[in-house]
Amino acid sequence: MESVNELLTISPIVIIGFAGLFVMMLDAFTGNARWSFYASLFFCLAALAGAVQNVLGPTGTSFYSLVYYGGTASFGAVLVLTGTLFSLCLSKDYLEQTGNHIAEVYSLVLFAAFGMLLLVQANHMIVLFLGIESMSIALYALAGLLRDQKKSVEAALKYFLLGAFSTGFLLYGIALLYGSTGSLALPEIAEASDKGVMYWAGVGLLFTGFFFKVSAVPFHMWTPDVYQGSPTTVTAFMATASKSAAFVAFILVLSRALPDTSQQWQEVLWIFAVFTMVIGNLLALVQENIKRMLAYSSIAHAGYIMVGLAATSGAAYSAVLYYLFAYTLMNVGAFGVVAYYECHKNCDFTEIKNYAGLGFKKPIMGILMSVFLFSMVGIPPFAGFIGKYRVFAAAIDEGLISLVIIGVLASAISVYYYLSVLVYLYMKEDETGMVMKRPSTLYSLALIILALLTIYFGVHPGLLTDFLGSFYSVTW
Amino acid sequence: MELDWYLGLSAVLFSIGVIGVLTRRNAIVILMCAELMLNAVNLTLVSLSAQMGDIHGQILVFFSLSVAAAEAAVGLAIIIAIYRNHLSVDITKINLLRW
Amino acid sequence: MLEQYIPIFILIALAVLIAVAFIILSYLLGPARPNKPKLGPYESGMDPIGQAKERYSVGFYIIAMEFIVFDLEVVFIYPWAVRYQEFGPGTLWAMVLFITILLLGLVYTLKKGSFKWDMLPGSPAK
Repeated sequence: MESVNELLTISPIVIIGFAGLFVMMLDAFTGNARWSFYASLFFCLAALAGAVQNVLGPTGTSFYSLVYYGGTASFGAVLVLTGTLFSLCLSKDYLEQTGNHIAEVYSLVLFAAFGMLLLVQANHMIVLFLGIESMSIALYALAGLLRDQKKSVEAALKYFLLGAFSTGFLLYGIALLYGSTGSLALPEIAEASDKGVMYWAGVGLLFTGFFFKVSAVPFHMWTPDVYQGSPTTVTAFMATASKSAAFVAFILVLSRALPDTSQQWQEVLWIFAVFTMVIGNLLALVQENIKRMLAYSSIAHAGYIMVGLAATSGAAYSAVLYYLFAYTLMNVGAFGVVAYYECHKNCDFTEIKNYAGLGFKKPIMGILMSVFLFSMVGIPPFAGFIGKYRVFAAAIDEGLISLVIIGVLASAISVYYYLSVLVYLYMKEDETGMVMKRPSTLYSLALIILALLTIYFGVHPGLLTDFLGSFYSVTW
Repeated sequence: MELDWYLGLSAVLFSIGVIGVLTRRNAIVILMCAELMLNAVNLTLVSLSAQMGDIHGQILVFFSLSVAAAEAAVGLAIIIAIYRNHLSVDITKINLLRW
Repeated sequence: MLEQYIPIFILIALAVLIAVAFIILSYLLGPARPNKPKLGPYESGMDPIGQAKERYSVGFYIIAMEFIVFDLEVVFIYPWAVRYQEFGPGTLWAMVLFITILLLGLVYTLKKGSFKWDMLPGSPAK
């Protein structure tokens, strides 16, 4: 019975791992992409149920304290699975319409999600490393999914080379931390007293590795290329689930392995947060391709989240978790609408100028896009506003006032590029006169649920914020 | 002290790897340099592990070896795909996506 | 510290010495009467066609990639096998699970036809 209880603490990991293998076999023996799709959807829902159950349950460590469950870790699993589930819902139609519906997508997505789940529950550097790598390796393959399209393969190559490069830094960081503290377990790293050169070199290299994965400036080079080159629904998956996973793991490492040196690394995060917010927003201004624009906007969002990490208080961490949740909802939604437009082949709907007048043609899609974009800007009553507000408020409580001022100014820039999409959607005349297709029920249902959740958590944030705050209310 | 020599050697190997990744143009050479970086770290881990008499570092080396193998497999597949599309593995010639 | 390597250095020195000595001796003592077939790469074989730097079938790379992955999993099995007596029979099931997962990967590649040599994309290049 003991071992069954232990397995329950990592139920999302077990379910998704099994699902990946199952879907892979399904593909090998039937080759039917539809079956793979429904199977992965089913397993994803099951894993989400397991993750929700763990969030509501107690916290602790299991498997010889290799993994951490409950609280932040299990909420991270919920974040990852939410992103996975919704991008899966969008994938089938998009890939079918663009003629790339291959069954491998689903097993690769599930393997990547497996890595992310390992990553968010890691309480030991080996698990963390394995998680980050199984996530990345599956994502390299996903980026190059359309292997006869030059852009997709190029995106995969860039992602792979920079990813492998950053893996080296991450592993070196882990090795040096191991050398200076004598342990690979996160809590034991915190207990070590000797903090010499090796310790700080290790922390620096570990941060570099994480900055690559969360695409903080100046380690963001791969992000726009990969987001543009990959199939759009895969981009939605990468942008939300992998980023949430990396940030949750970052929080766990900061709060569990390096809590007593926060004075020092706080300043590092401060500087990188400023660069990430400012440069991300400025470069987003000049983009003409909507996927690149959303990529730079996701870099900017990473900057706001890093403001929360720099604040290093329990309130800030719970605000970051809330932000990640809002970010997942609105980003999958925005990429989903873009993917819907892209299903029409006669025009390149990744160029923003081709969005002229589309808002009135398919009113519901227009409204959905507006909801997601307004939420990204951070306008009430959407979830994005609450997230940004809580992160900045927590930072002010910790005295990071100048950082918050920079953040608010940077997000004021972002209004321009988000709204320019809406200007094209609603205020320009459509010249092509093309007829838009009807999206399938599942597709529109997924987008509408995302929009409703975005609005709901913007209007009633209390429930979730109180719950997230409770992770950090006791000694953590 | 002996350990310093091993750590120094692996730091040098790691730096060679980093410089290789940053300066070379052939994707396969870059992949090899990235692998060199990982193996340099493995050397660090093994020597630290032996020094401290703690087995965990060596276990991490096993995992990092197999991860490096998986990474090399996926990387080679991507490079083959690149070659089929571009008829070159020179990364300066692969520049459809910029800005 | 370094003393324990002395036998290896002696061995290296001996190996180099003998190899160099044989090359020099055969150069000095052996008769040299070259003709065309003798200078060819395969003295009594067929004439080589084209360059050695030819493009190989991509099938070799696929086999190589699979080899790397399956080959390296031995690093987990080997230490386990050595210490099995201490670990106890419970770990056997863990290893069975591990090998089953590997096997599923093998079944997948088999089903996807990566071992069908004549079916490989790009193999009939000429």
